Amino acid sequence: MSAVVIEAKGLTRAFGAFVAVDRISFDVRAGEVFGFLGANGAGKTTAIRMLIGLLSPSSGTARVAGHDVGTESEAVKRRIGYMSQRFSLYEDLTPRENIRLYGGIYGLSGPQIRERTGQVLTRLGLEAVADQRVQRLPLGWRQKLAFSVALVHQPQIVFLDEPTSGVDPITRRQFWELIYEAAAGGTTVFVTTHYMDEAEYCDRVSIMVAGRIDAIGTPGELKQQFGAPSIDDVFVQLARPAASSGGQAHAAAAPPGGPS
Amino acid sequence: MSAVVAEGVTKRFAATTAVDAVTLAIDRGELFGVIGPDGAGKTTLFRMFVTLLAPDAGRASVLGLDVVRDYRALRRRVGYMAGRFSLYPDLSVAENLQFFAAVFGTTVAREAAQIAPIYSQLEAFADRRAAALSGGMKQKLALCCALVHRPDILFLDEPTTGVDAVSRREFWDLLSTLKKGGQTIVVSTPYMDEATRCDRIALMHGGRLLAVDTPAGVSGSYDRPLFGVRVHARYKALLALRAYPHAQGVYPFGEVIHFSDARRDTSPDVLEQDLRAYLVARGFADASVGLLAPTVEDAFIARTAGPA
Repeated sequence: MSAVVIEAKGLTRAFGAFVAVDRISFDVRAGEVFGFLGANGAGKTTAIRMLIGLLSPSSGTARVAGHDVGTESEAVKRRIGYMSQRFSLYEDLTPRENIRLYGGIYGLSGPQIRERTGQVLTRLGLEAVADQRVQRLPLGWRQKLAFSVALVHQPQIVFLDEPTSGVDPITRRQFWELIYEAAAGGTTVFVTTHYMDEAEYCDRVSIMVAGRIDAIGTPGELKQQFGAPSIDDVFVQLARPAASSGGQAHAAAAPPGGPS
Repeated sequence: MSAVVAEGVTKRFAATTAVDAVTLAIDRGELFGVIGPDGAGKTTLFRMFVTLLAPDAGRASVLGLDVVRDYRALRRRVGYMAGRFSLYPDLSVAENLQFFAAVFGTTVAREAAQIAPIYSQLEAFADRRAAALSGGMKQKLALCCALVHRPDILFLDEPTTGVDAVSRREFWDLLSTLKKGGQTIVVSTPYMDEATRCDRIALMHGGRLLAVDTPAGVSGSYDRPLFGVRVHARYKALLALRAYPHAQGVYPFGEVIHFSDARRDTSPDVLEQDLRAYLVARGFADASVGLLAPTVEDAFIARTAGPA
C-alpha cells in the first residue's frame, strides 16, 4: 500500500468560542484522489487552510508530505501545490509569464523553468496563446493552466478548492482527466467540489458536517453504508439537518479572506 | 401574453459579442431557466432584460414594456437578484429587507404575505449581519429582498452558484413554491442538473441560444443511442474508449462513462455488442454496458462539442 502523505489527528481550529473544525482525523495515501466534501460553512476551507500551512491548529496535529503543519509550515508549503477557485493566476500576465513567476517562487532553475514551460504549453495546447494576457483566455483554459501552474514544482500533493465551479461541462471533464493523469503519475490530489457527480470520480471522499467528518470511504462504500443511490443522496442525508441551522458563525470570526 | 420577448438581442463589448442575436419568448407564470457555463452571456442577457444595459442591436420587451424606451416604468415591476451577493454585509437580515422595501416605497409589514414562504426560513436570524450568513442563507435573503416590492417578474442570475448541494435543493424548492403562487421567474444557472426543475429552458453557449424547449424536449433531442459503461478501472477504460475506432463522444458522468457511437445506421443492439466485445478484448472483463436516457447535460455536450 502507498505511503500516507496526509495524516490528520484530532485536528481542531476554534475562532473565539466557535469551533470551525472539531477534532478531525483521517489519512490520505500517495496517488489518491481524495474528495473533501461538505456543506457551505461546514469547516472545509478552515481545514484546508490548516493543511496547507496558512492557519495553525488550535489543537491536534496534521502531517502533510512528512512535515508538521503547525511547526514546519514552510516545509509543507514547498512540497504542495494549491489552486483556489477564484485566484490562482495573474490575469495581467501571459501564460508563459505566470509559469515563470511560479517556477521562480518555488525555486526552480532557469533551465528547469524553460523546460517545464514548454511541457505545460504543449500538453495543454496553449502555444498559440502563450504570450497573450491570461484575462483574455476562456475560463476553462485558465483553470487548466492554473492546475498545471500549481504542479510546476512537481509537488507531492496538490490541493484544489472548487476548481471546476462554473466551468462548462466538457471542460469540467477535461479538467478531471488532468487530475487523473496527475494521480496516475503519483501526485496526490485533494479536491473540494459542489458537483456531486465529481465526488464519484474520487478514490475516496469525506463529508464534513458542522466541523466534524461524519463519513469517509470510497463512493461505493458510502452509498452502501447510507443505502443511497448516489453520493448526492448521501450528502443530502448527512447535511440536511445541519444546513437548516443557517448560520456560519466563523465567517464573522475568521480573518479577512477566510472561509467563504 | 408573453412576459419576455427578445428579438435578435445583441450586445458587444469591444471585440467580444457577449450576446449574439438572441430571440426567445417567455410566458407569464413560467419558471424559465437559462442554462450555460460562465462566459455564455447569461448575465449580459439578464442585465439587458432588467434595463441595466441597452442592447446594441435587436429589441426586447418585458411585461410589454420596451427595455430601453420604458425603462423607468419597467424598473418598478421587475425583481432582480444579481449574480454577485449585493446586499449590505454590515446590515442585519431584517435591516436589509427594510432597506429594500423602503427603496420601493413599501414596508416589510405590508409585504409580509408575499415574502412569508422565504422569510419564515430567515426569521430566526433576523438580527444577524448578512455577512455572517452561510452561502445558502445569503441567497435566500437576496431572493427575499428581490421579492419585497411584489415584482411581476423575477430575474435571478445564478442564485445557486457556489452554494452546496443541499442548499441548492432548498432554493429550488422555494422557487417552485413561488411559481405555484403565479410568479413568473427567469433564472440562470451553470448547473445542468437544475434544468429539470424548470418548465422550459434555454441552453446558452458563446452568446448564442443552442435550444429553447422543455427539459424533456432538450434531452430528447439527443439524436443517437447513448450507452453507459460501468467498469472498475474507469480512467483506463476512458482512455481505451477514446481509442475505439467508432467512438463519437466519451465522457465521464460520475461512476458511469457515457459513450456514443459514430455509426448512424447500425442498430443499438449491434453497437452495444461491439462495444462490449471491444472492452473485453482490451482487458476490461468486468465492464457492463447498457442503454441510457440522455440528460440535458448530454444534450448540451453534444451541441457544443467541436471536432475532437
